Amino acid sequence: MSEQPGGRGADLTLTCTELVELVTDYLEGSVDDATRVAVEAHLALCPGCAAYIEQMHETLRVVGRVPVESLSDAARDELMNAFRTFHTPAT
Amino acid sequence: MVPEDRPHVAEPTDAPEPGSRRQKSAAPASCEGTDGEAALVARLRAGHEAAFEEIVDSWSPMLLRLARTFVSTDASAQEIVQETWLAVVKGLDRFEGRSALRTWVFRIVTNLGKTRGVREARAVPWSSLAPADSGPTVDPSRFRGPDDPWAHNWTPAGAPQRWEPTPEDALLAGEIRAEVAKALEALPDQQRVVVSLRDVHGLSADEVCSALDISSTNQRVLLHRGRAHLRLVLEDYYRGREMKAR
Repeated sequence: MSEQPGGRGADLTLTCTELVELVTDYLEGSVDDATRVAVEAHLALCPGCAAYIEQMHETLRVVGRVPVESLSDAARDELMNAFRTFHTPAT
Repeated sequence: MVPEDRPHVAEPTDAPEPGSRRQKSAAPASCEGTDGEAALVARLRAGHEAAFEEIVDSWSPMLLRLARTFVSTDASAQEIVQETWLAVVKGLDRFEGRSALRTWVFRIVTNLGKTRGVREARAVPWSSLAPADSGPTVDPSRFRGPDDPWAHNWTPAGAPQRWEPTPEDALLAGEIRAEVAKALEALPDQQRVVVSLRDVHGLSADEVCSALDISSTNQRVLLHRGRAHLRLVLEDYYRGREMKAR
């Protein structure tokens, strides 16, 4: 816990060290119910981990917007020509 | 040109492979559902250029990323994707709709990529790859030691701080995107391709496992390590800003 150390108190079965390694499984929905509940209970009480997971969401939003490479225009034109040759509309 | 009657390495077939993972749900770019998919295939077969143009434009970036895992240059990856689309054009009538169209297209990339990778001596044995390292993804010194009453919880200095302004803030967005793009390219190969396919191109976990032929556990571990590193890069970026501001 960053400001108010809660430790492994009655409400917390996960430590922050454990939580940060469960983040992906949690976001992927691949943890069992008990773990999900434990993660959510921890996040509700731990500002550090809540910030961590929020940062992960923000990171993923940025990753989703990085520029991507595509085919060259020449390659694309060639493909469209090939498509026209092989699949001429019936009309 | 691939003769119709001679099975090519990338012979487009979507017959189910024994033990292959079925696709549960498709990621954004192919979220049309079965009806949408059937309609798309029908439009393609009927020669609708717009339909072909649409999938070429929306899928080529992810196909390039996948292709690039088999070869060592961007130019080779471009050629693989080009060949893939030609195989799709020619094989469309043989596509039986037993897998999603996109899964079928991935399989062609993989087949062509493997052949080409062998030729270029750069075959990556994906299935045999254990995640490179398995240490913690967050510096252990940011957590309290084992003797602390609050062992393994963040130290005050180690705890993550909210990012202000957010990475989407207009003032920072461009610079941050460039930082993250750079960091993504610098990730270890396996992490880079998994994070790219999942988080840049929006593939589902199942699609990535099947395209790369890795287990779902391996996929998650690579995704986890890659994402954790990118978060750290952004965190360092924010810390750097703070330092400058002081």
